[in-house]
Amino acid sequence: MAVVTQSTARFAAGLSLLLLAGAFLVEYAPFADIQPIRMLFGENVLNFALRAAVPLILGALGGILCERSGIVNIGIEGMMLAGAFAAFVAKNATNHWALGPSLLLGTCATLLTGAAMGLLHALFCLRFGMDQIISGASLILLSMGISATFFDENTVAVGKLAPWPVPLLSAWPVIGPLLFHKPPITYVALLAVAVVGFALAHTRWGLRTRAIGEHPRAADTAGVAVLRLQYLNTTLGGALAGLGGGYLVLEAVGQFQEGMIAGRGFIALAAVIFGNWHPVGALGASLLFGYAQAVHNELLLAQAPFLPRHFVSMIPYVVTVIAVAGLAGRVRAPGSLGQPYLRETEA
Amino acid sequence: MGAVLMAVLGHNPWEAFTGLVAGSAGTAHDLATTVRKTSPFVLTGLSVALAMKAGLFNIGAAGQFLMGSVGAVWVGIQFEGLPVWFHLPLALAAGIGSGSAWGAIPGWLKVSTGAHEVITTVMLNYVAALFAGWTVFAGSTLSTTRPGPLWDPTAGPVSVSPDVLASARIPWILGPSLRIHWGIALALLAALLVWWLMERTRIGFELKTVGAKPLAARYAGMRCGWTTVLAMTWAGGLAGLAGAIETLGVHHKFAPEFGGGVGFESIAIALLGQGYPLGIVLAALLFAVLDAGASKMQFDSGVPSDIIQVIQTLILIFATAPALATWLLNRVSRTQRAAAAAPGLRA
Amino acid sequence: MNAAPLAEQIGLRHQSAGNRRNMPYPVLEVRGVTKHFPGVVANRNIDLDLFPGEILAVLGENGAGKSTLMNIICGLHPPTSGSIRVGGRRLECRSPRDAIAAGIAMVHQHFQLVSSMTVLENIVLGAETTRRGILDPATDERGVDELCRRFGGQLDINPQAVIDDLPMAMRLRVEIVKALYRGARILILDEPTAVLTPQETGSLFQLLRGLRNQGTAIIFITHKLREVLDVADRIAVLRQGEVVGHTRPGATTEQAMATMMVGRAPSLTVPKVPGVPGPPMLQVDNLTVHRNDGTTAVDRISFEVHQGEILGLAGGQDNGQTELIGALTGLRPVSSGTVRLNGHDTTHASARRIGREGGTGHIPEDRHTHGMVEGFSVAQNLVLNLCNRPPFTRWGLLRLEAIRAHARRKAAAFDIRATSLEQPLGSLSAGNQQKLVVAREMRDGLPLLIASQPTRGVDVGSVEFIHHQIVQQRNAGQAVLLASYDLDEILALADRIAVMFKGRLIGLSPAAQVDRNRLGLLMAGIPA
Repeated sequence: MAVVTQSTARFAAGLSLLLLAGAFLVEYAPFADIQPIRMLFGENVLNFALRAAVPLILGALGGILCERSGIVNIGIEGMMLAGAFAAFVAKNATNHWALGPSLLLGTCATLLTGAAMGLLHALFCLRFGMDQIISGASLILLSMGISATFFDENTVAVGKLAPWPVPLLSAWPVIGPLLFHKPPITYVALLAVAVVGFALAHTRWGLRTRAIGEHPRAADTAGVAVLRLQYLNTTLGGALAGLGGGYLVLEAVGQFQEGMIAGRGFIALAAVIFGNWHPVGALGASLLFGYAQAVHNELLLAQAPFLPRHFVSMIPYVVTVIAVAGLAGRVRAPGSLGQPYLRETEA
Repeated sequence: MGAVLMAVLGHNPWEAFTGLVAGSAGTAHDLATTVRKTSPFVLTGLSVALAMKAGLFNIGAAGQFLMGSVGAVWVGIQFEGLPVWFHLPLALAAGIGSGSAWGAIPGWLKVSTGAHEVITTVMLNYVAALFAGWTVFAGSTLSTTRPGPLWDPTAGPVSVSPDVLASARIPWILGPSLRIHWGIALALLAALLVWWLMERTRIGFELKTVGAKPLAARYAGMRCGWTTVLAMTWAGGLAGLAGAIETLGVHHKFAPEFGGGVGFESIAIALLGQGYPLGIVLAALLFAVLDAGASKMQFDSGVPSDIIQVIQTLILIFATAPALATWLLNRVSRTQRAAAAAPGLRA
Repeated sequence: MNAAPLAEQIGLRHQSAGNRRNMPYPVLEVRGVTKHFPGVVANRNIDLDLFPGEILAVLGENGAGKSTLMNIICGLHPPTSGSIRVGGRRLECRSPRDAIAAGIAMVHQHFQLVSSMTVLENIVLGAETTRRGILDPATDERGVDELCRRFGGQLDINPQAVIDDLPMAMRLRVEIVKALYRGARILILDEPTAVLTPQETGSLFQLLRGLRNQGTAIIFITHKLREVLDVADRIAVLRQGEVVGHTRPGATTEQAMATMMVGRAPSLTVPKVPGVPGPPMLQVDNLTVHRNDGTTAVDRISFEVHQGEILGLAGGQDNGQTELIGALTGLRPVSSGTVRLNGHDTTHASARRIGREGGTGHIPEDRHTHGMVEGFSVAQNLVLNLCNRPPFTRWGLLRLEAIRAHARRKAAAFDIRATSLEQPLGSLSAGNQQKLVVAREMRDGLPLLIASQPTRGVDVGSVEFIHHQIVQQRNAGQAVLLASYDLDEILALADRIAVMFKGRLIGLSPAAQVDRNRLGLLMAGIPA
């Protein structure tokens, strides 16, 4: 386990360094004008990669909190959609406010709605005995139905979160604009990776969470309140995943469209698995998938004549499938994942 | 509960309900619509249920449906002069074949690499949608991209295939005015076939064993990997047949937007039918009623038709979490008892 | 968590069982406890007292309700009715947390350890020290070290080891430390000796006596009569969910306890005439098998099983039996060496091929994970691995009539008690489930029967029946390979006995030439 975690963390670090090195090359090296290199390592593509990675990071963190507690979460997509729609509704209702409070309200709405979806998932699975996969699927259906019912295509939300440059750091070459000249949710996502990663390893909450995900009965007999912790983590995870959806509305696009999540929840789930249920690993996987989207975007903009745009658009999805398929035996899911913990069964 | 939902939304539930019933069975024509909508629901529901029996969660029915549509149209628009008895089965077989192939991919990925089918099937849905879109792509004046191979040049800038030849169309049952075609018979036949397969054949028994307990199946000398691929292939074939029937029976051509309407519903139908073919037929009929009535309902009472999706989800939730229904009933009866007791207390 | 001298905590010093009468207050009182599970009464109106400084053995056969009662005491199950008092105070126990707070700790039959975490993490889980919200493993480790040192070597553990890498005896030690670290005054051990060699059992008993002498009250659950006489101060016998009697080691015999436990006089030995071994049926030569993680599980093993003999394979868990049997039955790839069955090379044959060639009946180690499908009917389970051959299938179609007839025949011959052959197997008792698996695997004309833990977790009646059937198969000329962690089972049935230790096969010799003590030493890797 430890070895695997190291290898995914190393992958994340390696990928980030590679991309950054490429960015420096483009900036300073003589051959930077070569079109394909600029396309693969230019500031544009890397900025876009991070932009595309943020919702995946948040969604994956939400998935990790849930799944490290032993509860399968295929409903990330639904949590993100609900978060996005809530952000839009709140933002839209307060269009006449000043931009700041309106966006703040949108952020609160997205967090609360995501948390509510997480709590609903926990209730379905833990209290009402629903199969965890089915519960996840019904979360997706529910948020699809509700957002479709209430979405008014004629409304337009005004404004979105602007970059908050970090003093001094944002002036650094290459790294500054890439990492320290971003809107707030991007910072939150990156910080959340560090916080969740640290907390899982070094806090009481983390130790107990790892224990209930591996062997809930052992944790229970040791005096850990298994159910309470599962509720807590699933709700927190829902809030994070919801924020991942809210990010799209509040920070990336500024609007809501039906189907705007476009499989990101499932790609986030793939990032959870690819990252071996570890926050840093999931960060690496999210960056990889975000990068695939960025490359796809660049190719579309370049209008490569040799490839119809439909096939270019397949890239992020195909990369996800390849990533998940290329992992045989190299990841290990939490021991009790998917099996509901029932205290009153024999043995 | 649907009524409660609508009342909350400020619509008259009774009006909506009568609209729903009238829309699905009010006139012969409405009834025909319901019947027509039933067959894809039956087939995709069976697809999900069959995979579920083998322990697989097939979220890919939508993609398999699209591939089936494309396959059927590809055969249906060529081979002029073939007799109906040969051309139609050939086109249907092409639909089944391409759906099967598309379903087999996640099955094979799961067996050979352990990639989870939930992620791969969803990703393949997006890939299938892009692929299907490309086949009838009208080309673009902005780029040099060439039009897709199945595009109808007479349609101008519209991305659509040519009409299916008359020899490959599924005949109407009661004349063209009602627009009921023999696809429903095929769907019912498929349900019967699936039942027979699961209950009466060795391979069905093995499939159920693999689904119930893979280790026991291995111990018993069954070929787990092969069975998994086979189950996904069959599941894909059923969804592909649904796609073929829709294009050859209803639309008589293919356009990318025809894929809508089968996706997550199929999961709900399979679960609601408890995995049994007869149950699935009934569940599919219920969903078809809801679907067919939805637009009429919107017209009559102003309830947005998308609300049907919410109602369908609620049905799914209550069907798969019996504990939830019991809990709600208890709450209601307790409230009623409290209400009944209240006047006495006051006196 | 305070692990101060336990005896002082409860105001006792060196209280032994003998002068218990001077100390009339029980530390634990169970009053009228009844527990219903859907369709079963697991415990019926149970009264039990436990005094400080004594070891109470709770004796009963599998399914008598011992574990359920203990799960109630330690807070895992709420009782349907009845009450529990600790130190005279009623215990409102809604979770194990409450029981731990009341000083009750339990070592479960299946160890409750998170196998991917370290020893230290497992011990402190739920009672961690933190500093400003951050875990403080150094302080925790000092606390554990201090606790262990007090037992002078008997409880030495490496806090940094990962549970997965530890042998069973060491895991038991971790469980005991975990209990003591929580300041347990009442220690419950549920069948702790099942995974131990006789020598390890001996040192466990020494440790328990030491704890008792310090004032800890201990409940020791077992179905092994010898152990009860060895370690208990007092004995309570459970049968079918009820306490049927109390006794003391000095006042009873094994036979009397067995009668009390089963309700009739069971035969403690299996009637067996000397066998007539024929030619070799299974020939294993230089076999090496690896685990999934690449480590060597079976290390260059050679042996033969002859027609008409039972070869007993003893050894502790994780010493390679599971992998050896997996390789012999085609479930696990062979790395090197050869396996010949009835003269044919089956080294790399799949389970399917071995089965199709009608070669081996295989009673799997764990019927729940391998041997049965709970949701399938009795009839279906009886053809689980036969459904691909006549008469149960023809042209790919199941022949339901043949399957039903087969089920009727087997159910009658093997005394499988089910209300209907269409009943889901999951609703049958453990003994009946195991009899079904045995029935399916005992077929006429098979050259080899591999029985792995054939009587694990079943009642005495079923044990007798299954043992009898195994001996009959051998008498009928079948070769039998019997793998068991239960030494008594091996000694009762086998004609020749070998021990597996760390993947090697040691001490292969005729049953008459070995005794418990020698087997125990072999199981610890000490060739005598």
